[in-house]
Amino acid sequence: MGEDIFSSVINTVKIVIIFLFMVHMVPLLVWVERRASAFMQNRFGPNRVGPFGLTQLLADLVKFIFKEDFASSKTNKFYFYLAPVLAIIPVALAFGSLPLSSPIYIDSFQLFGYSLGPYLFEIRSFPMDVGIIFVFGVSSLAVYSLLLAGWSSGSKFSLLGALRASAQAISYELALSLSLLGVLILFNTFSFDQIIEMQNQSLNFQFFSKEIKINFLPNWGIFYQPLGALLLFVALFAEANRLPFDLPEAEAELVAGYHTEYGGIKIIIFYMGEYGHMLVASSLMVILYFGGYNLYPLLNEEILQSWLLPNFSLTATSLLTSLILFLCFFLKVLFFLWVFIWVRWTLPRFRYDQLMDLGWKTLLPWSLFNAIATAVVIWLVNWGNA
Amino acid sequence: MNSLFAIGIVVLVAATVIGLLMSIAHLITRYTQKPANTQSDSDKDLPYECGLIGTPAQSSRIPSGYYLTAILFVLFDIEIIFLYPWAIAYRDFLSTGDGLGYLTAFIIFLLLFILGLFWEIRVKALNWK
Repeated sequence: MGEDIFSSVINTVKIVIIFLFMVHMVPLLVWVERRASAFMQNRFGPNRVGPFGLTQLLADLVKFIFKEDFASSKTNKFYFYLAPVLAIIPVALAFGSLPLSSPIYIDSFQLFGYSLGPYLFEIRSFPMDVGIIFVFGVSSLAVYSLLLAGWSSGSKFSLLGALRASAQAISYELALSLSLLGVLILFNTFSFDQIIEMQNQSLNFQFFSKEIKINFLPNWGIFYQPLGALLLFVALFAEANRLPFDLPEAEAELVAGYHTEYGGIKIIIFYMGEYGHMLVASSLMVILYFGGYNLYPLLNEEILQSWLLPNFSLTATSLLTSLILFLCFFLKVLFFLWVFIWVRWTLPRFRYDQLMDLGWKTLLPWSLFNAIATAVVIWLVNWGNA
Repeated sequence: MNSLFAIGIVVLVAATVIGLLMSIAHLITRYTQKPANTQSDSDKDLPYECGLIGTPAQSSRIPSGYYLTAILFVLFDIEIIFLYPWAIAYRDFLSTGDGLGYLTAFIIFLLLFILGLFWEIRVKALNWK
């Protein structure tokens, strides 16, 4: 085995905590979304239940649990109840493979007369060398849940919503995976850890045998791939079925799209899936283009350790470092989540043919251009350096 | 902990939490609420529709544009997946000095891709009505 019970228990607890963290982001985000939309539309939004209306979603959850669990006679019951569960699993897997903070080092210690350790716990559910492929592969499975939900409902609105959802998801997946090529060429790896490590230094590159170094800027992907970042962000909007790409549930035409027939707790689970997708998308933007949990010139593992290590033990230092870096990561992610919400209440919805045209005729050619331009520029720079 | 094992645990945790939530809601409403109308209410059992008798989903035909999109997606997606290993190995090849041939291969491959895309746009396979 090479592992003991302590390590396995901690890892399992960690997995549960990361999953619950993801699930508990949903009430917070729904609250932010409702309050933000209210302020943008000159309303108050939910402000009665708890301070600033923060516990509104708790009250809503109680209401949802006590609603009748109804499925119409035309539904295929097995798939009808399976679809919400399938909406969560891909998101949980994708979020689980993202590194949320620096690993925690636990020095060897005594417990019930046994000497244990030392241990190194990574702040994610499981380590993954091919993280990028895994995340995109797993999150593209989410389309099955929409398709099953729409098909098993036995309602034509649901079916149309599901068809639109799947056609939209696969169309934008092309732009998504092509716009990623630039990052892959640049960082030369599939592993999130290595990508974060490479961004944890000052902006530097060789240009025609000249070393260019800018000390006050971090080596973030956004400085090399601004177009790729924009294309990826737009495609991620479409993958998460967010406005202006929420055609699958365009309420003016399709009632509620693929979850027309769902009610009560099941619809909340679909929302969990949607907000989980937003969370994964924002985390991906942060990790690939904005340095992950490091904030290079100000905050990274080495700097924090040089502050903390004289005052605390090795384990405490590692724990505090991890906590602070996690907060740094979380703040960056919150910014992108805010952009998701901001865009939703700013832009109107597309028409369906406009949506497909944008995916196939605008995003796809531009991401092709981005991939070729990146490859050519890197070849030119390399040729100039030689 | 083994990665594969951990993935299994993540799936198990997610399925258990969601399954528990759904079963609790189901059980609570089953034993605390009586249906509002105790007679067999055939209208309630029908799928949603605004006051009309709905056309069943099973009898409605699916527009062929969706099938076309799906087929085109499969073609293009496979081509893109072929590019991933290339992207990872690109800089290693550049450092060995064989960069130009490698870049040319990439551009020829992408030219086929672009040719396909422009042909599709030209024959209006991507137009939605």
